[in-house]
Amino acid sequence: MHAEQPGHDHEHGPDEVPHTHPDPGVDPHAPLTTGPRALRIGIGGPVGSGKTALVAALCRTLGAELRLAVVTNDIYTTEDADFLLRNGVLPADRIRAVETGCCPHTAIRDDISANLDAVEDLEASLGPLDLVLVESGGDNLTATFSKGLIDRQIFVVDVAGGDKVPRKGGPGVTTADLLVINKTDLAPLVGADLTVMDRDATARRGALPTVFLSLVEDPAAAPVADWVRALVTARVAAAGASG
Amino acid sequence: MSLATLLVLADGRLPAGGHAHSGGLETAVSSGRVRDLAGLSGFLHGRLATSGRVAAAFAAAACARTAEWPVWDAGLDARTPSPALRRASRAQGRALLRAGRAMWPVAAVGREPHHPVALGAVAAAAGLDPAAAAVAAAHGTVTGPASAAVRLLGLDPYAVHALLARLAPECDRIAADAASRTAAPVDDLPAAGAPLLDIGAEQHATWEVRLFAS
Repeated sequence: MHAEQPGHDHEHGPDEVPHTHPDPGVDPHAPLTTGPRALRIGIGGPVGSGKTALVAALCRTLGAELRLAVVTNDIYTTEDADFLLRNGVLPADRIRAVETGCCPHTAIRDDISANLDAVEDLEASLGPLDLVLVESGGDNLTATFSKGLIDRQIFVVDVAGGDKVPRKGGPGVTTADLLVINKTDLAPLVGADLTVMDRDATARRGALPTVFLSLVEDPAAAPVADWVRALVTARVAAAGASG
Repeated sequence: MSLATLLVLADGRLPAGGHAHSGGLETAVSSGRVRDLAGLSGFLHGRLATSGRVAAAFAAAACARTAEWPVWDAGLDARTPSPALRRASRAQGRALLRAGRAMWPVAAVGREPHHPVALGAVAAAAGLDPAAAAVAAAHGTVTGPASAAVRLLGLDPYAVHALLARLAPECDRIAADAASRTAAPVDDLPAAGAPLLDIGAEQHATWEVRLFAS
C-alpha cells in the first residue's frame, strides 16, 4: 500500500511500521492569516531537545530585522524565560512566561487561554509585532499546538533521544510544519544514524520539510531562521496584496 | 433553563484557564497541611465554606444584575485582601469571558473582572438563572483544587471524586442560599474569609519554583 501513495520513491525495511499520517505531503493548514496581528509560530518537542536554545538563536538572528516577542510555557515557573533573559537575546518586556499547572500540553492545545492572554498582552504593550514565538513546555511526542493559538508549528527532536524517534511518529513528528532534528554534532557520540532519521522523517511527513541542526556548529540556526523569515515575508506580501 | 447548557459551562474541560490554578492547594501541599485524602477533604470543606460561599453569592448577583457589575467587582476586591488572589481571580475571569463570548453574547463587564462576576455574566448570557450560576461557582471552587490534588499528590482519582460527590449537596445548599440574596445590597453579601489561603497565596507568588499559577 505504500507504493500506491504519492511521493513514495523509497524502500521500507521489514521492521518498519506503516505510515500514520493520513495525507502525507498535503499541507493540512489554512492559508496564513493576513490580519494586523503578528505571525505566531509554536515551538514544541520533548524535554531537553533544545527548544529554548533554538528560540534564543532565532531571537539573536531575527531580533534585529523583525519586531519579535516570545511566550514561554514552563512546567515549573519561569525557568525558560529566565534563560532567555540571562542570555540577553531579548529585552525583558518582550518575553512572557505562562505557568501551566503540571499540564504543558493542555496550555498549548486544549485550553489556550493563558497563552492567548500573554500574546495579546505583548501586542498591547509593545505595539504591532511581526512575529511571536510560543515555546511549549517540554512534553512528549503527542504534544501539538492548537491552530487557535498559532499559525505554524516547529517540532524539535534531538539525535541523542535516539534515531528511532522520527520512526515512532506521533502528531508532533508527522504534522509539524517544520521538523528540526537537533544536536547533529552528537550523532557520532550516541551512535545515531542521520540517514535513518532523514529517511524515517520523510516517510512520516511526506513533503513537509525537515532540517538538521547543530547549534554548536550553526549558532544562528540558519535553516530554521530562513524558514521563519520566508513565512513572515509571505504573510507581509499577502497582507499588502489584500490591502 | 437548559441543564445541558449548565453542564457546558461547568465542564472542567471548558477552555477557561482553570487547569493552571490550584486554588491554594499547591501551598497547602508544600507546607504539609494537605498530605492525603483526609487533608484534601478538610481543605475542600474549608474552601467551599469560605471562598465558595462568596463566589456563589457574587456569581448569582452578577447573573441577576449584570449591569451593576462594577459594584460586584469592587465587593470582591474588598473580600480578597491578597493581591495574588486578586490577580488569579481576574486572570480566570478574563479567560472565562474569552470562552463565554465564543459561545454566547456576553454583556460588557470590563476586560478582566473577578471570576465570579465573569461567571454571572456568562451564565446570564447563556440563559441560566442565578441559582445555576451559583452552583457552577461553588462546584468550581472545589473541583479545581481536587484536580490539582490528583496531579500534585498522586491521589486515587476515584477516591477524590467520591469526595466531590459527598460535597455536591453542600454545593447545592450554598447555591440556593446565594440565589436567595440576589436582591441584597453588596455589603450584605457573604464575606467569609480564609486567612490561610490569603497568606499562602502571597507566599506562593514569591516561590521561584511552582507548578501552578496560583
